[in-house]
Amino acid sequence: MKRAGPGRRRAIVTALLLAPSTLWFVALLVMPLVVVLVFSLGERAPAGGYQAGFTFANYLNLPARLTAFTNTLTLAPVGTLLCLVFAYPLAYFLAVKVKRAKLMLLVLVILPFWTSFLLRTYAWIILLSGKGIPSWLAVVGIEGVRLINTPTAVLIGIVYGYLPLMVFPIYVSLERLDKRLLEAAADLYADPIATFRRVTLPLSLPGVVTGCLLVFILLMGEYLIPQLLGGGKVFFIGNALVDLFLQSRNWPFGSAVAIALVVIMIVAVGLATRWAKHQGATREVSLL
Amino acid sequence: MNKREFLYHLRRYQQGSISRRQFLGATGLGVASAVLATELGLRPRRAFAGDIGDRVSLCTWPSYHDPANLEVFTQATGATVEMTVFGSNEEMMAKLQAGAAGYDVLVPTNYTIRDYASQNLIQPLDLAQIPNHDPSAHDTRFTGEGAVDGTVYAVPKDWGTTGYVINSSEVTEGPTTWKEFWDLTQTTHSGRVMVHDYQLTTIGNALKYYGYSFNSIDAAELAKAEELLLAVKPHLFGINSDYKPSMLSGDAIMSICWTGDAVQLRRENAAMQYVLGREGGEIWTDFYAIPADAPNVKGAYALIDYLVTPDINAKEVLFHGYPSTDARTNALLPKELLEDPILYPAAEVLAPLEFGATGLITNEARAELFARFKSA
Repeated sequence: MKRAGPGRRRAIVTALLLAPSTLWFVALLVMPLVVVLVFSLGERAPAGGYQAGFTFANYLNLPARLTAFTNTLTLAPVGTLLCLVFAYPLAYFLAVKVKRAKLMLLVLVILPFWTSFLLRTYAWIILLSGKGIPSWLAVVGIEGVRLINTPTAVLIGIVYGYLPLMVFPIYVSLERLDKRLLEAAADLYADPIATFRRVTLPLSLPGVVTGCLLVFILLMGEYLIPQLLGGGKVFFIGNALVDLFLQSRNWPFGSAVAIALVVIMIVAVGLATRWAKHQGATREVSLL
Repeated sequence: MNKREFLYHLRRYQQGSISRRQFLGATGLGVASAVLATELGLRPRRAFAGDIGDRVSLCTWPSYHDPANLEVFTQATGATVEMTVFGSNEEMMAKLQAGAAGYDVLVPTNYTIRDYASQNLIQPLDLAQIPNHDPSAHDTRFTGEGAVDGTVYAVPKDWGTTGYVINSSEVTEGPTTWKEFWDLTQTTHSGRVMVHDYQLTTIGNALKYYGYSFNSIDAAELAKAEELLLAVKPHLFGINSDYKPSMLSGDAIMSICWTGDAVQLRRENAAMQYVLGREGGEIWTDFYAIPADAPNVKGAYALIDYLVTPDINAKEVLFHGYPSTDARTNALLPKELLEDPILYPAAEVLAPLEFGATGLITNEARAELFARFKSA
C-alpha cells in the first residue's frame, strides 16, 4: 500500500485542525445569515412572525427606518472618535511614560469588565438622571441641564463602555515602538509636536485602526446603551431590530434591516481597511 | 449591609435586573425568611404534596408579586421561582412564538388570551389542579375572557385601569382628560412626560384625544393618532413601561400609568395623583396561564394554586396595589384599601372604559404604527 506523502498528511492534519472552527463558522454564522436572508424576502404572518414568500417589499420599506440608520451612522463614528480622543493619551501614558506599577494600571483599565456591563450602564442611569450630575451642576449655578435620554447620555455611555477596547490595541502598538526613533527625531531637531506627528502617530496607526474598527463594528450593532440611556428616544438600528422582532413581530422586515446593516458594515470596514492599507503602504498594518 | 445598599438591590430586583435568588442572596433575606418560615410553622400545604421540581419559571410584569410570598412558596415546595419581567404583551407573546421559551407560568392580559389559545401557545387548564381557585367567587365582568369557546385557558389574577399619574407638586393644572394629558405634554411640561413602550395603551390613549375608541383599528383614526404621537415624541422624556424610577427621581412628572403603579408611587410620594381620562381608556384583567411547551407543568399548577389562595393573594394585593377579582380575597383586605379611589374609581369614570379587544395583539396596523413612532 502506498503511504501518503508528508504533504498529503500535512493537508489532512490542517483540515482536521480547521474542522472545529469551520463547523462553528458554518453553523453559527453562515447558516443563520442564510435564514435571515430567506426571511428578508418573505412576508409578515397575520399573527406576526414569518410567512414564506418572495418579495423585495421589505427592502423597499427600508427608508421607514431612516432615523435609526442616521442615528447609528452618526453616533457610531462620533462615539468611535471620542473613544480615540480619550484612549490615545491614556495608552500613550501607559506605554511610554509609566515606568513602575504598569501592570497594576493595565489591570485597572480592564477592571470594569469584571462586573456586568448591564449593571454598569444602570449605574449611569442614576448618574445622568436629574438627581445625579445635573443636580451637582445646579449647585455650582448651572441649572436646567438634562442628560438622561439624550444623545449626549448615549455618547457618555459609549465612551465609558468601549474605552478599554480602544486603549489596548493602541497601547500594544505604542509599547512596541522603538524608543530610539524618538531620540533620533530629537537629534534631528524635531520638536515634540513634530516627533509625535511624524514618528509616534504613524507608527501607532495600526493600533489606532484596529481599535477604531473594533469599537465601530460593535457600536453599529449597539442596543443596550441607547435602550437604557436613550430612554426610547435615541434609537439605533439595534433597537429597531429588537422592536421588529419582539414588539411588532415583523420578522421579514427585521431581517431586511439586519441584512442592510451587514452590508453597510462590510462597505464601511472595507473602505477603512483600504484606507489603512494605503496609509501603511510601506509599513506592516495588522487589522484585527 | 446598610439601608442604601439594601434599597439598591431591591430596586434592581423590582426592575428585573437581578433574579430573586440573587436579590435574596445579596441581601441575606433568603436565610432570614427561611428561619422565619420555620419559626412561624409554615409547613408545605397539601396541594404541594409531591415533588414539583426545583424551579418554576414565572413570566410577569414589573413589581407584580410580593417577594416574601414567593420565598414562602420556595420554602414550602423546594422550587425556586425564576421571574422574568416584560414591558408589553407583545414582547411576551413574541418570546412564546419563537418557541421553547422555557416559561412555566404566564401573566397575560385579557385581550390576548384568545390569540394565545388559537396559536396553541397556551394549554387548557385542569381546574382540579387549582383547588384554591373558586370561579363563583369572581365577578364575571372581569374574568370571562379566561375561557375561549367554553374551554378555560386562564384563571384571573387581578384587574385594573390605565390612566396617568401626575406629580401634583409640579403638574398644577389639575388635568382630568386625555386631551389635557397630550396638550400639556406638548406645551407646559414638554420634556418631562413619559408614555408606555406598549402599543395598546400609548396608541389607545392617543386615540382618546380625538374621542375615538381605545381599540380602534380604523385606518383614518389610526392615522390621526400617529400624527399626534409623532408631534408629541420630541416633547417626551422617555418611552418606557418602567416609569416609576423616573417619576420618583423627579425627571418625569407625568406618565401613562397602571393602577398598582400609581398606588406604589403614592406610597413613596404623597404628591403622586392618579387620573382616569374622562374620555375613557382601558380597563383590564390579568390572568395566570400555562404555556403549551411549559417544561414544569406540575410546578406551574402548584405556583398558580398557591398565588390564587385568598390569604396569599391578599398579601399580593397589599404589595402590588391592584384590585383582586376574588371576593374571598377582598374579604381579607383592609377597608381603606377597598375604598381607595385609585383601586376602585368612581362609577362615572369607570363607565366609559373599554376592555382591550381581541385581535389587537396581532394587529399589523397598530404594531407597525408603534414601530414607526418609536423609530421616528
